[in-house]
Formats: sequence, C-alpha cells, structure tokens
Amino acid sequence: MAHGHNLAILRGTVKFKSVTQKIWGVLILLTIITAVEVILGIYKPESLKGHFIGMKILNWIFILLTIVKAYYITWDFMHMRDEKASLRRMVVWTAIFLICYLVFILLQEGGYIDTVYRDGFIKHDF
Amino acid sequence: MDTTVVNTDANDKVWSGGNKPLNASYGKMMMWFFIVSDALTFSGFLAAYGFSRFKFIESWPIADEVFTHVPFLHGQEHPMIYVAFMTFILIMSSVTMVLAVDAGHHMNKAKVTIYMFLTIIGGAIFVGSQAWEWKTFITGDHGAVQTKGGNILQFVNAEGHRVKLADFVTAGTHERVQQERKNGLWFVSEGSLPTYTIQEVVAGFEAHPELSIRTQLLDEHGHKTILPRAEALKQLKNNGKKVVEGANLHENEYGVPLFADFFFFITGFHGFHVFSGVIINIIIFFNVILGTYERRGSYEMVEKVGLYWHFVDLVWVFVFTFFYLV
Repeated sequence: MAHGHNLAILRGTVKFKSVTQKIWGVLILLTIITAVEVILGIYKPESLKGHFIGMKILNWIFILLTIVKAYYITWDFMHMRDEKASLRRMVVWTAIFLICYLVFILLQEGGYIDTVYRDGFIKHDF
Repeated sequence: MDTTVVNTDANDKVWSGGNKPLNASYGKMMMWFFIVSDALTFSGFLAAYGFSRFKFIESWPIADEVFTHVPFLHGQEHPMIYVAFMTFILIMSSVTMVLAVDAGHHMNKAKVTIYMFLTIIGGAIFVGSQAWEWKTFITGDHGAVQTKGGNILQFVNAEGHRVKLADFVTAGTHERVQQERKNGLWFVSEGSLPTYTIQEVVAGFEAHPELSIRTQLLDEHGHKTILPRAEALKQLKNNGKKVVEGANLHENEYGVPLFADFFFFITGFHGFHVFSGVIINIIIFFNVILGTYERRGSYEMVEKVGLYWHFVDLVWVFVFTFFYLV
C-alpha cells in the first residue's frame, strides 16, 4: 500500500515524524485514558455521582472515554485516517446509526420494565 | 474524480480485487464489511445487557465486589487491577500488530516475524487471563443463600464486610448424594451439591449473633442494603431455599443470575474471537516465516488479519467499560 500516512493526531496538535512514532504516541494516549478510567473506577469520587439523563455522571465519563479510545483504535491502528472518506463514512455511520437505534429502544424498554416491577404489578421479591 | 474513467479497463477483474472502488482492495473491504456486521452483533449483546440492567437497576450486582481477585494475591481484594492488566495486554498486542503491518509496508520480513510473534504471545496471555477470570467467577468466594423468589442473601459481619460460609457453618454428615444419570432415571441428573445444606447455614447463622444479611437491593448511595439481625433471621428461615456457591448459568452467588449469564456469554463470545484471532495470527505467522508474502510482493494479508485483531481489541474496550466500570 503506497498511499501516504497522515501523521497528526488530536486535530493536528501532535505531529509525528514516522508511522512507528505515531503508533507509540497513540499507545501512550490510550494508556493514559485507561489509567484515568481505572482510577475513577477504583475511587468513584462522590462528586461525580449526580444523575444526568438517567445515568450517573461518572458513567457518562466512562462511556465518553471509551468512545475516544475506540476512535483512536479505529483511526490509527486500523488506519481509518488513511482510508478514503467514502469508505470511512460507509463503515462508521452505518454502525453508529444502527447502534444508536438499538441502544435507545432496548434501554428505554428496560427502564419501563423496571417501573412495572417497582409499581408492584409483578412481584419479584418474595 | 477521474477514477471512474481510469478503472473501466479493469472491469473484467472486478471480483478478484483488480478494481478498487474505494481505493481499498477487495479483501480489505470485505474485512471491513465483516467487522461492521460483527460490531452490530456485539452491540446487540451489550445492548441486551443494558436492557437487563435497567430492568433490575435497583438490584444489579456491583462489579467492583465481584471481580476483586488478582492471581497470587490470595484473599486480598483489588478491584479493577487484574482487568486493567488484561486491557493493557490487549492494547499492547494491538500495538505490536500495527507495528507488524508497518514493517510489512517496508517489506521487512524479520521485523514482521518478530512483531507477529509478540502479538500471538499477547493474545495467548489475554485468553489465559480470561480463563482464570472465569474460573474464579465460577468457583465464587463467599457463598450465599438463594430465596424462594430467586433472590440472593449474602452474609456480612458487624462491620458490613462479607463473610464466607465456611467461616461460620459447620458441615454435618450428609445423606443426600448427587443424583447422576447412572443411579436413577437415565435422563435425570443434577449439578454438584453445595458443601452445606440450608439447615446447616441457618444453624450456623443462629450460633453467630454478630452476623447479618445483605440483600440484593441497592440503597440511594449505591450500596447493598443490610438487614437488621432479627429481620435477617426471619428472612433466612422463611425464605431461604438453597445454598449457592459461585456462579453458573442458573444461579449466581453475587446476585441476579442474568449478570452471570451475560458475563459468560459476552466475555465468552469475545474470548472466542480472541482465540480465533490467535489461531489466524499463527497461520499468518508461519506464512511470513515461509516467505509466502515475500514472494507475493505484498504483506496485505498481515494488514487484513491486523484489522480483525484491532477489532477484537476495540470490542474489549467496550466490554471493559460496560462490565467492569459502568
């Protein structure tokens, strides 16, 4: 594959001299993000336990960091950054659109069943 | 946009990778198609996990209390540490994989060989770690009692720490033996019997006044509710049905059985992906050594299997978040 490599990450703020260097740079980034997740996961700071759109703020942070990690794995390890925009959109938007739909419908209904149990229409603790 | 004109002469080879509509070869594009569909399968599983979790939002087990074990550190509780190690191993093997792909671009056979080898080692360590995690989860550590309604009662001491059944129950002589297919109806059998009977657990609980019971229900701070001693004794006597040790597809000493079911199913399916990834990597590794790709003039096969390997890592990142963090 002779096509050129895009060697900048974080919207061009960090630029690397070679592909190998970029790989190590991305590894460092992913390791930092994982470390932040693990530390938050162990200590679970009280200040982040407030609720925001049905979930703890802490959980939103975890999900956001996961998506950031997923972005760098796909863009730099799987070389999505160097593919044509059409291929990139074809893969990414198909997945995002379908996953959002699936997640919305299932979580919504799961919450509904919880209210059915909670309101005592069905007894599950006897 | 001159590609449409230029490529028309390659139309006869369009199914063998001669034409590159998105500037990606046939094989790479098909790998991307497979990855998208597999990603949807995994999101189906994880969304189903989310569904069940929202369904039991008030009584779901706390992952930090379930996965606390680290090999060689017996009896100590270190939530997150081991799974963080597993995550790091998998990211690391992703890095060696992408280095192998890069070395392939430079047609450097020696480097591809070394990096493929390291990737295989990383994958093997990960699968081994997952097997250990399964074993620990299946064995369980404290033991609990299941009620008639299928809920779990766990035993705690005065400080609210969990207590092992073995610490307060004494086993008597059991007359009940495990029913196997050979000693009854050939189509009827049962799993291994727990170490203690429910009567022994009740007797042990009565003999230790400092103990109490923790239910599945989460309070407003996200901790499990601890019952007062009198109520605990009543619960145990009236509702306690059987002793549960460890987890399997039917019962789970940590709480809702669905938690165990999803854990086995999702990490199992992911582990199977890692396992097949390791096998494919080994095949590619030997092809590299034999010089197949050197003769072919391109290491694109390494790139394709690399895509699969990174995808496995990508899925783990999500499994890690939804099983261990959220």
